[in-house]
Amino acid sequence: MAAPTMLLLLADGRFPAGAHAHSAGLEAAVAAGRVTDLATLGGYLRGRLATAGLVAAAFAAAARRAAWSSGRRATLARLDAELDARTASPAQRAVSRRQGRALLRAGRQIWPAATFDDLPVTPGGPHQPLTLGLVGAAAGLDPAQVATVAAHATVTGSASAAVRLLGLDPYQVQALLVRLAGACDATAARAARAAEEPPERLPAAAAPLADIHAEAHATWEVRLFAS
Amino acid sequence: MRATARLVARADGHGRTVLPELRGESPLLLRQVPAGDGGVTVYVVGGAAGPLAGDELRLDVEVGPGAVVRVHTVAASIALPGRPGPVSRMLVRATVAAGATLRWLPEQLVAAAGCAHVGDAQVDVAEGGTLHWRDELICGRHGEQPGHAEVNTWVDLAGRPLLRQSLTVGPDVPGWAGPAVLGGAAATGSLLVVDPARPAEPPAVAGTVARLPLAGGLATLWTATAADAHTLRAYLEPPTENRSWCGGAPPEPVSDQHSLAGMGG
Repeated sequence: MAAPTMLLLLADGRFPAGAHAHSAGLEAAVAAGRVTDLATLGGYLRGRLATAGLVAAAFAAAARRAAWSSGRRATLARLDAELDARTASPAQRAVSRRQGRALLRAGRQIWPAATFDDLPVTPGGPHQPLTLGLVGAAAGLDPAQVATVAAHATVTGSASAAVRLLGLDPYQVQALLVRLAGACDATAARAARAAEEPPERLPAAAAPLADIHAEAHATWEVRLFAS
Repeated sequence: MRATARLVARADGHGRTVLPELRGESPLLLRQVPAGDGGVTVYVVGGAAGPLAGDELRLDVEVGPGAVVRVHTVAASIALPGRPGPVSRMLVRATVAAGATLRWLPEQLVAAAGCAHVGDAQVDVAEGGTLHWRDELICGRHGEQPGHAEVNTWVDLAGRPLLRQSLTVGPDVPGWAGPAVLGGAAATGSLLVVDPARPAEPPAVAGTVARLPLAGGLATLWTATAADAHTLRAYLEPPTENRSWCGGAPPEPVSDQHSLAGMGG
């Protein structure tokens, strides 16, 4: 197991991979009048954890498992295609690849000795969870820790966006995150177990409104967050 | 109850589709009805109530090169609770060959209170095959909360993953009715269209319907949430040559009766 500080550094919102620019669908959900207060934010975060959070954490853990395997390039290519098939919304695919590119840039600078060249070469960039898996490997994290980073990011990104979008009390939002910590850990544990399966068997938990919100958000001319 | 059914379709070489195999058993009976255009239409006739918890149902569909098959059901499937513990399962496996067409347009699945149901679809479409695949889930009968229902749709196109989608609702599923997943909508569904003759269309969204071009090939997924089954069906009618509903941006109304409100913001 990696030193705890390494886990904290990767999970930190200040890690320079541009996470602060994304609300993970919250901005569109707020605009649609679906998230209006702390209670609806709690429902939103629980739903995100069970869907996008579980999928992202499972793929990150699977990429981390592939990192030190012999068939690494082929496995990462399969994971890339499988994650595309789980991301019906083109806007969400583009966002995942843009975030993956930003994380890859940081990873290459911070761990110059690590190899990221086996990530699939795609026009938009590598998917964020796959990149996170390899960055996690470079940082010495195990698959369960990588899944924890991914699940944690699912809730913290939207939560800090909620403070800005809804003017919620930061203490109350933090208290909500504390209440969700157990669900976050359970999601990460489930994702890490799921990551032992072959790529086609990984979780595919869908959220119709996430796709619909993401496409609506992509059409806006003015927005506070990139997603 | 355990039941299996099997449907095999072939082109007869004279522009017509024949069914060398069409067999089922209660509660999964298959009935061919006349169709005028050379293709065949088959109805799945529920021979009993259900699916009930404990039921294990499996349907295999094989559509050979050039054959055209439409599958419907005569009524909605209502997943109901049975003995405590076991779940009801419905597995549909389908293969669609090059030049073949499968239109899978069943009635809706209603997840009644207390049910525990898993619906699995595994579809392989060869390069040059055409598929319309609709999944619709109604969360509870009128005025009730649904039991546990999971709808898994796994589709490969030309041997590559095209769509992997697993929608789960029910009292034990965190956040399913909340603003990240269904936003309180009682009905949700999707329509997958794989059609090599249909030009690629850009993504579009109108209200709670989105048209999503998929990454794994020339294919489009329409996904929707709605307040009721009737509205959902209007959102998920298959597009025709002359009608590409949920049009491009700016969104067009689906029809006069179902004008879609624009999304706020």
